[in-house]
Amino acid sequence: MSELFAGWPMLSIVTFLPAAGALLILLSRVSLGGEENRGYDNGVRLLTLIITLVTFAASLLAFSLFDPHGSGMQLAENVPWAFGASYAMGVDQLSMSLVLLTTFLTPLCILASWSIEKQVASYMVLFLILETLMIGVFCAQDVILFYVFFEGGLIPMFILIGVWGGQRRVYAAFKFFLYTLLGSLLMLVAIVAMISIAGTGDIQELTRFAAERGFDPALQIWLWLAFFASFAVKMPMWPVHTWLPDAHVEAPTAASVVLAAILLKMGGYGFLRFSLPMFPDASHYFTPLVFALSVIAIVWASLVAFRQVDIKKLIAYSSVAHMGFVTMGIFAGNEQGIQGATFQMLSHGIVSGALFLCVGVVYDRMHTREIAFYGGLVHRMPVYAAIFMLFTMGNVGLPGTSGFPGEILTMVGAFQVNAWVAAGAALGVIFSAAYALTLYRKVAFGTLDNPKLASIADLDAREWVTFVPLILATLIIGFAPSIVLDFTAPSTQAIVAAFAGGAP
Amino acid sequence: MSAPMLDLTRSLPFAQAELLLAGFALVGVLLGAWSNARAFGLISGLGVAALLAAGVLALTGAPLAPVEIFQGALVSDGVGSVAKALIAFAAAATLLLGAEHFSSTGEKKFEFPVLVALAVLGMFVMVSARDLIALYVGVELQSLAAYVLAAWRRDDARSSEAGLKYFVLSAISSGLLLFGSSFVYGFTGSIRFDAIAAAVSEGGGGVGLTFGLVLMLCALAFKMSAAPFHMWTPDVYEGAPTPVTAFFAAAPKVAAIALMARVLYEPFAGLTAQWQQVVAALAAISMVWGSLAALLQTNLKRLMAYSSIGNIGFALMGLVAGPEQGPVSALVYMMLYLPANIGVFALILALRRDGVAVDTVADLAGMAQRRPWMAALFTMLLFSIAGIPPFAGFIGKLLVFRAAVDAGFVWLAVVGGIAAVVGAAYYLRLLASIWFAPPTGQLAPASGVNLMTATFAAALSFPILVLLLGAIENWTQAAVRMWL
Repeated sequence: MSELFAGWPMLSIVTFLPAAGALLILLSRVSLGGEENRGYDNGVRLLTLIITLVTFAASLLAFSLFDPHGSGMQLAENVPWAFGASYAMGVDQLSMSLVLLTTFLTPLCILASWSIEKQVASYMVLFLILETLMIGVFCAQDVILFYVFFEGGLIPMFILIGVWGGQRRVYAAFKFFLYTLLGSLLMLVAIVAMISIAGTGDIQELTRFAAERGFDPALQIWLWLAFFASFAVKMPMWPVHTWLPDAHVEAPTAASVVLAAILLKMGGYGFLRFSLPMFPDASHYFTPLVFALSVIAIVWASLVAFRQVDIKKLIAYSSVAHMGFVTMGIFAGNEQGIQGATFQMLSHGIVSGALFLCVGVVYDRMHTREIAFYGGLVHRMPVYAAIFMLFTMGNVGLPGTSGFPGEILTMVGAFQVNAWVAAGAALGVIFSAAYALTLYRKVAFGTLDNPKLASIADLDAREWVTFVPLILATLIIGFAPSIVLDFTAPSTQAIVAAFAGGAP
Repeated sequence: MSAPMLDLTRSLPFAQAELLLAGFALVGVLLGAWSNARAFGLISGLGVAALLAAGVLALTGAPLAPVEIFQGALVSDGVGSVAKALIAFAAAATLLLGAEHFSSTGEKKFEFPVLVALAVLGMFVMVSARDLIALYVGVELQSLAAYVLAAWRRDDARSSEAGLKYFVLSAISSGLLLFGSSFVYGFTGSIRFDAIAAAVSEGGGGVGLTFGLVLMLCALAFKMSAAPFHMWTPDVYEGAPTPVTAFFAAAPKVAAIALMARVLYEPFAGLTAQWQQVVAALAAISMVWGSLAALLQTNLKRLMAYSSIGNIGFALMGLVAGPEQGPVSALVYMMLYLPANIGVFALILALRRDGVAVDTVADLAGMAQRRPWMAALFTMLLFSIAGIPPFAGFIGKLLVFRAAVDAGFVWLAVVGGIAAVVGAAYYLRLLASIWFAPPTGQLAPASGVNLMTATFAAALSFPILVLLLGAIENWTQAAVRMWL
């Protein structure tokens, strides 16, 4: 079967399938005269689901053509473009796992978006375009192409938050867009400078250039800072994280899921793909800074999360804390640290995505996210309570869930570099248990006092279908983390080797 | 045959496009005077055809090596052809929009297409000028036509005010241009660009020459509405009828940028260190002020005026870079910016809220729900102007950033990056009105032609066009190489 597709541009197919689907929906809208009705909306929902499932299947096909032990970029495509840039695609183990995460989560997001009633066709079109751009970020092997995908994702996200979001959605959409854009444009100037110096925009060539000749260490500092401006905002790291809680709270459920699960990973991916291998000297130089910011993020965001009254905001702050583990692991720069960070990114994608879906379930029914509104849900929604419990545990990092291996590995990695940093992060683990379990107690346990909750219904079939894959994924990679770790080892080792080339 | 006669017969084949436009202007005036309003449609149609043909002729008639014509007053070369084609196509599009609009409002005055053609003829002379006199004549021909166009609605106070304001301020800048030219002539002894260049490279001229250069740059900055010489722009844009505004925002900008490139890289190539500072400052101030001031605007046309000031700043950032990369990036920037800009004006012209032309940002409210297709077009065009990928405008921004960084103007690129973020904020305000605000009243397109133009412009700013970028790049680069 896989031989059949050997010569195909699989990555382009995976990347642009959703965009083609979006075009199909647009055409259907035009040909039907643009009239919206219930039947049409349902058709669009179903069509979108099918497109995303086909995309997932295509990504699995690409995965079957992928050599897990191979080094470097595979499934590569390269077409010269203009102005020195080229359309270069390719994946290594790191990219491949993030692509799979994206294609795996998007159909679930579409399922979770079934309750969207307003401008359904526009919503689905934007979501599909967003998927194309997200996959593209992880596949792009040319800096300009990377930037196009990286920043293009802002457009659909801006509209998704602004149109289908909560009450302060316009404010949140602007904040999200402008914060991220400012970081990105500084990165663009740095990208332009790199191309000017190295004479190429190909990411592999640039990495080779950095390894063989290296950018001037003084210049590296500036380049690193410009990239940092972009990735730190995207990640988001303390103190430039403030757009995240706003965006999360106001975004519709599925956009929250995508934001937490995939868009945040672009920051970590960027650090791993650009900062460490291309500016190893500067990365060494700035490691203390990143460690300090990471620990502050972990401890401080956990404490802030504890005080939240809005479920989504609480989970958003817990995301900031978890991303602190990721940056800590990345800049530990050893195999454990980076493996842990990669694992944590994938796990956080699944777990935080699932948690936002859990919020979405009760929000769809009650239209509020206030913690105090809920309580005693376990009496009316036992299945929901059990699922929410599982993902809460995943968020805390309980062994047996996917949350554990990532946290422990990043801490082991950081411990080898700086024991105090690991100690600070460990403090964060305790705090995370405190806020997550408190949230769970307040929402699920206790007596069902609020009369409005008296008739709340448990999960319906669609929600079941949404959660089952996530539950399986959490448990499988929680119990057998080696599935992921063995897979990502080759790309991790390459990054570690490149980083070790820099001055300590 | 005598030598001047010989020169004339030799020159005419290289001036086909100009002759065509001049011929159309004369025929148009005669036709119009004879038939008045009845022939408005015919003359406009002829005008569009003449402009399109002039654009094609400029491209096909481009010689393989620069040719001096009319005794060295003008030059026919690749850069001029590229700029002329761009000017002619942009003017044709805006003339089409205008004809449609004025037909629907009943203002069928035949002078409109004629004046547009005359302005374009002036621009053609500007971009192929090879001496100071030709430069001045081109600028004035363009400006005179533009004053009349700005005051088009002569019964309307705002339009008359716009025309008068434009005329007074522009006359001052023309004075500056002449004053600066006289310095240049006085200190180098010639009005010919090549002779000036030779004098400059021999180190002649001194402070007086630099003074003349700065005065000329100020005058040109005024014509292209670069800050801090932009004061007239918002008022004129707001006061002039919308089709005229669309015209002002497109073709003259290209002409001004191309002329600026000529002046900087031909006679004053030897003074690069001096003018780089001035142009970099103009670029920085335009980018920053254009985007900051736009934040406060509620009127669509004023907003687009500040947007054009900011965008001229970006094009100037490209020009700073020095030979080859400078002109290439600035020209490609304009090439990618213009269609989006014309598209936005086409949409503004096409939209009616409760039967009245849209005027403010708030008038666009709820477009995404009432007219999703137009909203999508608007979104693509605005993101292209804002330079957000994957739209074509991004490539333009990328190129000027690259040109600036390569030339060592990293600070300018950083300023540009920050200005682009501020700029994005006001484009987002428009988009917020389109997408997020609840719909009120009736929002309907008035005409099909405008919508089609907008669709076409959006298609041009769409990533598919990116496939053509390779061709555009080679083409512009070849043109610039031949020139320098």
